[in-house]
Amino acid sequence: MEKKFMTGNEAIAEAAVQAGCRYFFGYPITPQNEIPEYMSRRLPEVGGVYLQAESEVAAINMLFGASGAGARVMTSSSGPGISLMQEGISFLAAAQLPCVIVNIMRGGPGLGGIQPSQSDYFQATKGGGHGDYHMLVLAPHTVQEAVSLTIEAFDLADKYRNPVMILGDGFLGQMMEPVEFKKIETVKIPAKTWTLTGAKGRPRNIIRTLYLDPVALEKVNLEINRKIQEMIKNEVRVETYLTDDAEVVIAAYGIVARIAKTAIRVLREKGVKVGLVRPITVFPFPYETFEKIANNVKKFLVVEMSFGQMLEDIKLSVCGKAKIEFYGRTGGMVPNYDEIVNETMKLIKGAD
Amino acid sequence: MQAELQKVFTRPKTLRPVATHYCPGCGHGIAARLVAEVIDELGIREKTVGVAPVGCSVLLYNYLDIDMYEAAHGRAPAVATGCKRVHPDLVVFTYQGDGDLASIGTAEAVHIAARGEKVTTIFINNAIYGMTGGQMAPTTLIGQKTTTSPMGRISEQAGFPIRMAELLATVNGAAYIARTSVHTPKNIIQAKKAIKKAFETQIKGLGYSMVEVLSQCPTAWQMTPTDAIKWVEEKMVPYYPLGEFKAPKEG
Repeated sequence: MEKKFMTGNEAIAEAAVQAGCRYFFGYPITPQNEIPEYMSRRLPEVGGVYLQAESEVAAINMLFGASGAGARVMTSSSGPGISLMQEGISFLAAAQLPCVIVNIMRGGPGLGGIQPSQSDYFQATKGGGHGDYHMLVLAPHTVQEAVSLTIEAFDLADKYRNPVMILGDGFLGQMMEPVEFKKIETVKIPAKTWTLTGAKGRPRNIIRTLYLDPVALEKVNLEINRKIQEMIKNEVRVETYLTDDAEVVIAAYGIVARIAKTAIRVLREKGVKVGLVRPITVFPFPYETFEKIANNVKKFLVVEMSFGQMLEDIKLSVCGKAKIEFYGRTGGMVPNYDEIVNETMKLIKGAD
Repeated sequence: MQAELQKVFTRPKTLRPVATHYCPGCGHGIAARLVAEVIDELGIREKTVGVAPVGCSVLLYNYLDIDMYEAAHGRAPAVATGCKRVHPDLVVFTYQGDGDLASIGTAEAVHIAARGEKVTTIFINNAIYGMTGGQMAPTTLIGQKTTTSPMGRISEQAGFPIRMAELLATVNGAAYIARTSVHTPKNIIQAKKAIKKAFETQIKGLGYSMVEVLSQCPTAWQMTPTDAIKWVEEKMVPYYPLGEFKAPKEG
């Protein structure tokens, strides 16, 4: 199949269209503007609707309306905009409405900057908004993977009736790579009997999140939690790379994992035995993979574009069985591969 | 010969046979009934979707036998937009209070009108936050006592009550904007006419429509229901004049 040369942002947008997304609601923010721009010209071609909302707050609630009406729907934003959406994401999870939310992360906190970052990991993986819920969060490390995960995100959202986040960063969103759009396998999703389409010939449907009776609310929360446990059981995705003989294992996700792979190639050429564990789903997190590897590998190097957010999940998995060092850059600074090489060498040479 | 009895009054089909949570003397129950009557008369029960956000409005789905969303505070217009864009053939309406529409959701309220969404809004203005226990609302009148304006609303400190019907009438995408009241039978009849016109405006595809309904809240105002009715007439109507502020040209 013909390959196209696209930015990560454009590729995510096209993947969404090919996955059957016909409605996009969003608000401009750098570094993700190519997604709404692409959608604004592409969706009318396929009979869909692109609508620029008055704010991210409105955009996420338009998703609530469109998803409740039965449509495959997406929004995208970055840092500050995703923060504004948190209330709506909580409502979507509570009402069990499927949708896909793309966060092309930029440096924070506050207005921060427009350069790449991974500092929204906590927000993305631990709930983000109020109440007990999780999004399913997918973290691609190439433009091609951004395509396949975006397509999959819509199926997962429908399967679990839950918001799914594509967690990218300004680097992945802006860089261009050749991508292939393969024919999509049809996935059977449960019939949407709960949508609001007018109560014609059926009892009315209600989409709600208010339960004043605590017994009723606990029942809803138990159902949401049941789905989360199913995600944990069925949906963990992780790549392990050259870990079998490794003395040191680097842990990284997204674009940082891509840079770590270059560092590993350089180190391997020098004869240093180093591997990589790359979570593809950061929720659910591959705790077991790290736990198993920690039985054989005594040193981990966690690299993130933050001050160590995924680090906490790795500490939980490794549980004191191995030494964990952390290397992070923030504020839009991207670690170069030689920084990772140096940090690995320090860990190799350092006393236990 | 047995006289044939004619049924002159009945519960609208769209109104479910349940007791409401509204306090005695509240205007919400009347407004909800008017919406149900209009839906019946237009024969649109099976193609109507309602959106009720936070506030005393929120439990509307308990009373109307139609598909309904419950929305986040202030966000009903955004939710309605999402629904209407997916199903342009449905009749979509929001049912919002004053805190919701005129304070936390002002951006959504203005922009749904600016976009000219073919959506109808029923806006219940009772000049107070009812469900949370009587705090000051964006529409609370100058001098009106609430739990957060205990000495009465003072403009220097708390600003001025906002007139949403007049404001929205200036927006191009709005096709029908009216203010009505449910404090007397005559006003109730006029309110129903306006609500029907608003739904018809949507069905004809003319743009956004909004009917503000002045409504009494005896509990939060700390008045008897009869005093509350007087208060609407004497205090609210002079500040919030009734009538149509924008209407499509007839014919």
